[in-house]
Parts: sequence; C-alpha cells; structure tokens
Amino acid sequence: MIKLTVNGKKRAFCGPPFKRLIDVLREDFRLTGAKEGCGEGECGACAVLVEGQAVNSCLIPVCQMDGRKIETIEALGTVQKLHPLQEAFIEEGGAQCGICTPGMLMTACAWLRSHRAPKHSLRAHGARPLLKYGRGTYRSPQDIRRVLAGNLCRCTGYQPIVNSVVRAMKRHRTPK
Amino acid sequence: MRGAPDTIILLRPRSTRQALEVFAQNPHAVPLAGGTDFMVSWNMGLHNGKTVLDISALRSWRKISAAKTGVRIGALATHADLQRHPALRREFSLLTEACSEIGAAAIQNRGTLGGNIANASPAGDSFPPQAVYEAKVHAVSAQARRLIPFNEIFVGVKKTVLRPGELIESVEIPFLKPRPSRQYFRKVGTRAAQALSKTVAAGLLWLSRDGRVSEMRFALGSMATMVRRLKSAEHFVQGKKLTSEVIDHACELLAKDVSPIDDVRSTAQYRLKVSRNLLREFLSGR
Repeated sequence: MIKLTVNGKKRAFCGPPFKRLIDVLREDFRLTGAKEGCGEGECGACAVLVEGQAVNSCLIPVCQMDGRKIETIEALGTVQKLHPLQEAFIEEGGAQCGICTPGMLMTACAWLRSHRAPKHSLRAHGARPLLKYGRGTYRSPQDIRRVLAGNLCRCTGYQPIVNSVVRAMKRHRTPK
Repeated sequence: MRGAPDTIILLRPRSTRQALEVFAQNPHAVPLAGGTDFMVSWNMGLHNGKTVLDISALRSWRKISAAKTGVRIGALATHADLQRHPALRREFSLLTEACSEIGAAAIQNRGTLGGNIANASPAGDSFPPQAVYEAKVHAVSAQARRLIPFNEIFVGVKKTVLRPGELIESVEIPFLKPRPSRQYFRKVGTRAAQALSKTVAAGLLWLSRDGRVSEMRFALGSMATMVRRLKSAEHFVQGKKLTSEVIDHACELLAKDVSPIDDVRSTAQYRLKVSRNLLREFLSGR
C-alpha cells in the first residue's frame, strides 16, 4: 500500500505500484484537474506539486510518491476564494481552452513560493529586475517565460499568460 | 500500446546495501531514478514485463558535498539540486548552467545526474561540462567499487561501461587549479526549453601571462555517438597565441574529433557549421 498526502488529506493507494501518478490522481482519487497532454514530459499539462516542487505527474510511478505531499490544482483556490494567480488569469484572459491552465498555475505557484531560485537565475540570465516580490527577491517577465517554458499552450498565447502572472505578482506581494 | 503497470516486477530497496544485493540477484533489472527518460518510453509501452529497480529511496545518494579536492555529487541529486548548490555554482558554473537548460523546471526537479549519465544519450547536456571538468564516476556493485574517468564511461549510443549489477553512486569533480581564464557553455536547440540539443558545447581555457594558451579543453555533445573532447584542436592551440589564423585552423581541426549525423533534429552540415562557430566564439572570447 502506498500512503501519500494529497491536498492536505492522507490518502492510500492499493493498486499496482507502477501506475502513473496522473492516473492515480484522476482515476482513483477523482482529481481530474491535472490533464494528460503528451504523456512524455514535454507539455506540462499534468504538472502537480510534490513537496512544493513542480513535476510532470505523467512521468512518475506512484510507488515513488510513498510518504510524499502532493498538491493539485483542486487545492489552489476555491470558487469562493480564488488564488491570486487564478484571479489574475481570469482578469488577463490567461486561459482560453483551459487544458494547459492547471499546469501553468501549479508551475507558476511553485515558482512564486520559492525564494531561492529566482535570485541566481536572474543573475544568470542578466534580466533587469522588474518586480520586487516577497523578501528581497526580484523577478522579471523573462524569468516567467523561463519558468513556464515547460508548459506548452496551443491556443491562449503566451503573452496573456505571462501578463497574468505579472498581474498576480504586482497585486499580491506575499504569496500564499 | 501503453505501459501496463501490472506487468512490472518492482524492486524497491531501502538502503544502498540492499539495493546492491537485490541488483546482484536481478542483474537484468532496469535501474530507475527520476524517471524523466525511462517513463517516456514506459508510457509508450516499451518496458512492459520488465523488472525495475527503483533506487529513488536511497537518500544518501542525493547529497552534494564539497571536500578539499573537489565536489562529490550523489547520483540521485537532481538537476535542480545542482543548480542550488553554492560550491557548484561558484566553481563549476558550466555544469549548473547545463542543468538549467535540461528540459524545463518540472524535468529538472526530477531528473538526476546519475540517471543522465546512465541513460547515455548522445545529446546529454550535462556531459560536455563534465568532460571538460574531467569528472570521475564512482560505480558500485555488491562485490566491488571502481572509479571511471568520465571520458571512459560511454561506449556508444545509450551504452556505458557499467556492468549488470553496477550502479552509479556519485560523480566527483576536482577543483580547477589555477582557475581557468575563460569558461564557456552553450546549447543550441530548436527552442530554449525542452528541445534536445542539435549541438552543445563546453570549454575551458587557461592563458599564460604573455597571452599564450597553457591549456584548452573543449567538448561537444550531439556531435557523435557520445560526448567528444576536441583532442586535435586542444593539442594544436597549446602554447600558441590565439591569432585569427590559429583560431581558423583550430576550427578546421574540429571535424577530426566528431562525426555528426543527419537526424530528426538537424543535419550533419548544420551541426558542423554551428559547432565551429561556437568554438570560434569561445576562442575569440566574444
């Protein structure tokens, strides 16, 4: 039996241990927010967070998730109280067909929460600081593009998506 | 066909000793770490019925530790772990840069350095940096351990010298003394993220006071069945000043050590042209 925490709830999975995380989430736990796009780690539609880090759930056998904390789009916000990123995606038109959106949101969310990654990546890419975010870290639209580079969108267009993340950052200095 | 999870025989050792014992008993098992490559072909149904040795629970193999002589990177350290490590960022920036260009964030959070090596793709982006840093691979089996120089680990496309029952434990990279005058990494792919390399280069250059080359190391990936150091060009520039004639000739010599092919990602001609441009960029310090 594989025990894991999904969106704060302790869950157990008793099926084949090599079943993919995305299939366990969708079929066994009925969490259908994460989508399977390509099934080969290229598109990011299946992105969820494991211990706070964005991963492609189509590339993970569930046995490797024993004892791990998983967050899916279902826990990001509620209809009554949307996550700042979700609000911003609505206002900026950051979602059209919506297939890539759960992955975009989870990947952006992991990045906004992290305080260490952006500093050196900004330096490495020579980007001009644009926005102060959290405690003394800066982020730029170039950085957003880099972070979301593994999340493909085929209809909305990347500009509204980047604008959405920028809007979320401007409005909410401290992430959830 | 898809991957059928019921057909897999799964081995999940909890300790390194257990892992090596289990692997000795099941030498044909496929070792699994971050799964960023294995799971792709698994999803296509290419591994049904196989025995899988999942080593991802071996926590001690994820450590990165700096010692006096160099940095030792556990085989299970992820590309994201490498990028975050201060000593690696400071001393071996070509490697951390390469790690930041492998796949995208979600791949870097799962893919491991050991897995990257064991997978032995001709296009492995971390390989040219490891080749010029002259890394050493620590391999262990239930019976023995050995140290394999990085330039001896690959024997062909997707093939290494690792024997059945043998696992990569860590990669050791010696500190560079003196520090190089110039360091260079560049990946050329269809787009910045996710794309596999058409060519990928790493270079180190030491210049003496009078501007002569005391040492050059330059490696190319995706240009042969495995990563290649440009031995002819490296040897040629030694002791010379980098005049435009010397640079031209070094770029000519590049072809001696690589054998690019036409494939789905690029053509041999393009690869050769771009690789020469990269070497030129590196040598002329632009």
